[in-house]
Order: sequence, then C-alpha cells, then structure tokens
Amino acid sequence: MRRESRQKIRETLVSFPSLFWLSLFFIVPTLFVFAIALKPANPYGGIGSGWTWDNLRSLVNPNYLAVAWRTLWISVFSAAVCLVLATPIGYYLARVTARWKGFFLMLIIVPFWTNFLIRIFAWKVLLHPEGAIKKVLALSGLIGPQTSLLYNAGAVVLVTVYTFLPFTILPIYAAAEKFDFQLLEAARDLGARRLQAFVRIFLPGIRRGLITAVLFVFIPALGSYVIPDIVGGPSGEMIGNKIAQRVFVDRNLPQASALSVVLILSVLAPLVTVLVLQRKREKPESLL
Amino acid sequence: MSEFLEFRDVSKRFGTIQAVDSVSLGIKKGEFFSLLGPSGCGKTTMLRLAAGFEHPDAGRVILDGQDITDLPPNKRKVNTIFQSYALFPHLTVWENIAFGLRVAKRTKRDIETEVEAMLRLIRMGDQAHKKPDQLSGGQKQRVAIARALINKPQLLLLDEPLAALDLKLRQRMLIELDMIHDQVGITFLYVTHDQGEAMSLSDRIAVMDSGRIEQVGSPAEIYETPRTSFVAAFIGDTNFLEGEVTGLVESEYCQVKIADIPGLICFNDKSMKPGNPVYLSIRPEKIHISRDRPEESPLRNIVPAVVEDMIYLGSTTKYWVRTHGLRVQVLRQHFRFFLDEKPIRWNDDVWIWWHGDDGFMLDRYRAVDEHLVALPPRKVGEPEDNNEKS
Repeated sequence: MRRESRQKIRETLVSFPSLFWLSLFFIVPTLFVFAIALKPANPYGGIGSGWTWDNLRSLVNPNYLAVAWRTLWISVFSAAVCLVLATPIGYYLARVTARWKGFFLMLIIVPFWTNFLIRIFAWKVLLHPEGAIKKVLALSGLIGPQTSLLYNAGAVVLVTVYTFLPFTILPIYAAAEKFDFQLLEAARDLGARRLQAFVRIFLPGIRRGLITAVLFVFIPALGSYVIPDIVGGPSGEMIGNKIAQRVFVDRNLPQASALSVVLILSVLAPLVTVLVLQRKREKPESLL
Repeated sequence: MSEFLEFRDVSKRFGTIQAVDSVSLGIKKGEFFSLLGPSGCGKTTMLRLAAGFEHPDAGRVILDGQDITDLPPNKRKVNTIFQSYALFPHLTVWENIAFGLRVAKRTKRDIETEVEAMLRLIRMGDQAHKKPDQLSGGQKQRVAIARALINKPQLLLLDEPLAALDLKLRQRMLIELDMIHDQVGITFLYVTHDQGEAMSLSDRIAVMDSGRIEQVGSPAEIYETPRTSFVAAFIGDTNFLEGEVTGLVESEYCQVKIADIPGLICFNDKSMKPGNPVYLSIRPEKIHISRDRPEESPLRNIVPAVVEDMIYLGSTTKYWVRTHGLRVQVLRQHFRFFLDEKPIRWNDDVWIWWHGDDGFMLDRYRAVDEHLVALPPRKVGEPEDNNEKS
C-alpha cells in the first residue's frame, strides 16, 4: 500500500514539468480563447468589456453551417482516402526486403526536405488551367475544357491527401512491422480468402496504427488553413479560412474565438472518444 | 494401400538454397507420419508445400488422388498447427476456434454446436472467453489443435508443435496428440527435429537432410537398420567402423577386417564380395563390456580394449574405449548392482564384444556425419578441436 502511494507521488513529480508546460502553453491559452469568445468586440479590433453570448449565437448562420459541413466532409473524406491508400502501402513496406524497405521509406520522407508552402504552390501550378494535368485530361476528353481543377473542394482534398499521406503511412507501417504475418497464413489455412484474411486478421491486428493514422489526417485537416487558402478558392473554404478572415479582415477577435471554440471542441471530441474506447478495451497504451 | 498424400519429384529453391531436392514421398491414409531432420533440412518446406504456402519449382503434390499443387491454401482440405500456434490475438478462444466455420459461412447454430464440441475435446469450456495472451503454452497449443480440427481436414500438418513447450508439458502433449490422432483418425504429417518425438508418435518416419530424404521407415527400422551414416548418427548414437570384406562365412555372413582387427563377423545383407570396402554402424548399447574375457561363440566378435572415458548415467554408463587405434562408444545397462563388484574404471583393460548381426552395413557413408555422434567430454587442457573427428 505505502509502496504504491509513494510510487504515485513519484509519478506525479516526474510528470509535473510536462504538466506545467501543457498548462502554460495549451490549457491556459485555450481558456483565453473560450473567454474571448464570450466577450463583445470593440470597433478598434480589440476586445470590449462585459460578457455576451452574441458571438456564439451568430455561429448559427447558414453561411457558417455550410463551411462547417464542408470542413467536416473534406476532413473525413481526406482521412478515408489516406487510409485506403496508406494501408496497402504500409502492408507492402512491412513485407518487402530490408533493402527495398529503406528505399521506399526514403521516397516517403524526401518530400519533407522541401518546404510545405512551396509544395502546395507547386500543386497550384500543376492544377492551373494552363497546367500540364489540365491539358492532358482535357485532350483525352476526361474533363470538359471549362472544368477547373483548381479552386474547389476537390483540389483541397487532393492536396490534403498529398500532404498527410506520409503521416498515415508511417503509423500503419509501424503497426504492420510488428504484425505477425504467419497469422495471415493461419487464416488462409483455415479457409479464408486473401481479402478475408486481410480484413478479418490484418486490419484488426494493426488497429492501433489505423486509429493513429486517421487522427493524424483528420485533426490537422479540420483546422487546415493554408491548403484551402491556396488551392481552395471561395468554394473550397474551410473553418480555418473563416477564422483567419475574422482576425485579419474584420479584426473581430471574439468572433474568431467563437469559431475556434467550435473547432477545438470538434477536434477534442474524436480524440476523447478514441481514448475512452481504448481504455475500455484494454490497458491504455500509446497510440503509436 | 495407395498413397493418400504424395509428393512426386518435388523441388523447391529459395535463392541459392535448394530447400527440397526432387523428393518423392507417399503417406498413407490415417498414418502418423513424421518428417525428421536437423534445422534447414527442408522438412518445414515440405510441410508448407503440402499446406499450399509454397509452390514447388518442379513436381506435383497429390492429395487423395487430386492434384493440389496449384490450389491455394484455403481450397485445400488441409489444416496446419503452427510452431508458434499463430492464434489470432484479437479474438477469444471461442472465436479462434470458430474462425474456420465462420469464413465457411456456416449457420450460427452449426458453429455453436461444433465449437462447444471442440472445447469439450480440448477440455477448455471454461476458458472460451479468454484471449490467447491470457493462456498458458499448453492451452494455446490445445486451442490451435481445436481450431485446425474443426474444419475436419483430411490431413493435419503439425510444424514442431511441441517445440515451444517445456519438457513436462511436452511429454503430456505427446500423449494428448497421440490420443487425438486415435480419436479423429485423420492423417497426421508431423515435422520435428526431435527424434524422441518422432520415434514415440510416428507410424513411419522420413529422415531428411539437405533437401533430400535419407530413409523412410518405421521407427524401429530407422533405428535398427539405418541405411546411411547420416540416419545412423542423427537418430541415437552409434559407432562408425570402416573396414574391408576379407571372406564369406556360410551364405549370410562375411568376415571383415577393421583397422588391424581381422576376422570380425558381420551380417552380409548387401551381398558384399571379398575386397569390398564396408562401413559399419554399431549402436553403443549393442556392444557389451566386461573385465573378464567372455566365452567364445560362433557369431561373437570379441576385442580387447582400454577405457578412455566414462560417464555414469544412473541406469546406464557410457564408456569410450580404445582398441587398435579406434575409439568405440559402449553403453552398458546396469542390471544388478553388487556392492562387492569391482567397477570398471579409467584406463582399465576390458573386453568388448558384439554379435555379428549387430554391426549394420551402411549404403552410404559421409565423414561429416561423424560430427553428429556424441563425443566424450573434453579432458582438462585438451585443445578444443581435437583430431578425433577427422
């Protein structure tokens, strides 16, 4: 008993620095955002005195709802596409010989050597009405000459998937690397077809990696701002863009904070759900 | 009876390693058949060829008259028990056992009755809800057996299923496996490197080395009449004696000169002629040892020797004696214990003798196989790689 309680105290002491760090730079600022959301704006771009629900109430606005809906489906869809692409890639990465493994991992990591912004601008060039992709697709008759590849939600999904694919491959690969592939042979031996073995045995076996991968795309995608700003256009706007507009264009911090509150809650909700589900199922472990 | 599982001239190569080298082998229905050999001899590849995890480079695999060479594992009426059990970690015992029936889309009621029956067979009804990592090694083993048997395979493949268990559990599982084989009556193909397991369970054994089958036979045939030096040395202990036929005795025996010992009698089942070289394998327990010279008898070979090493093992004692420059291993069973008996000690002069039928002529001899024979313990100060081997 005493031993245990001393152990508890020691654990608390050890975690104190990170707790302090997290409180100072995450929890406190978040609470500030929550507080500002309840303040009125003043005409000079500052924060007025008193408290009000107006900012939160004003969110119930068809314009915002449309943007929120678009943000949600772009994030879900991007996460789904990433998952569908990353799972087979992770599987093969875990199965190829060590030499090829190193080569493919290099291929995944090399794009990070170029700045994120530059890579997104590169997409803008590629998707441009005068760009190569557009011309090829138009010539082959797959799209009409008037169809725009740029400045729509589709372009946002494409670039989001491009950006976050490596972050989904890596956790899935890490989980697949630990997977015992003899289990697939056992499943086949017991009568499962290739796909059945993959779905019934492999996917549950790398479940942790899949959850991590989804969170790695879904959460940043919900808050993404740069990608829709550069390739999205008005029809590809997401909540992140709205927040930026409230801050930089309208100079209305309380309104921006109210939007942020919605975003923060919608990011925390899936995280907490996953953690609760995992705790229920087994002893908590790291997501990786 | 015709063959139930048949390998026809099967070969399989991995990179530069010829894992299986044009092997032909037939296994009968209902048989408990073992593939025995050292690691890397190709026995596991044979099993994987039967399961369908590997495709042979050449040759065919026939099961019950049907060519299954090109069938994927899920289309074969064959199930495997893996060395590491390969239980699905995210499924309970119950779900593991039910897996085969579920992918076969059997009805819920069918699955329930059959899984319950299997749980009774392995006596684990009360553990059904547990996950594999909550089970002991022996329990995992039993679940693996149930999971494989529920599909009612025509052939059960067992890949060193007892290797991961401790000695006591292994002995118990040996008995259980034997009982299960008697109960379900299907053909077992058992892969092991443990001669004890193979000998005690099998109806027949195929001894493999370097991708080839050295000999196929019942445990007693393999032990008593090894055809090659590899089989003789891999299964049990033996003495290899190189000699030359010098004459024939009656029709069935011949005289052999080994080192400079002339006139040793040996059963001549290979119809050797005078002048032919022979390699004999004589099991240590077939050689007798005593201080007193034994009586002469027509087919008895009697040789004087000096004791070089000995290990007392309780029920037996192992001696290494030297005679005419040869080192011979002798295993003596203790029948009676007399307090006043003068025991055989180091450097004692002794007599060793064996019956002419107990020296068995090998078809093929390779010097490297001598390494498989148990060597005497090293003496203090003796160089590590002594020249006894060569």
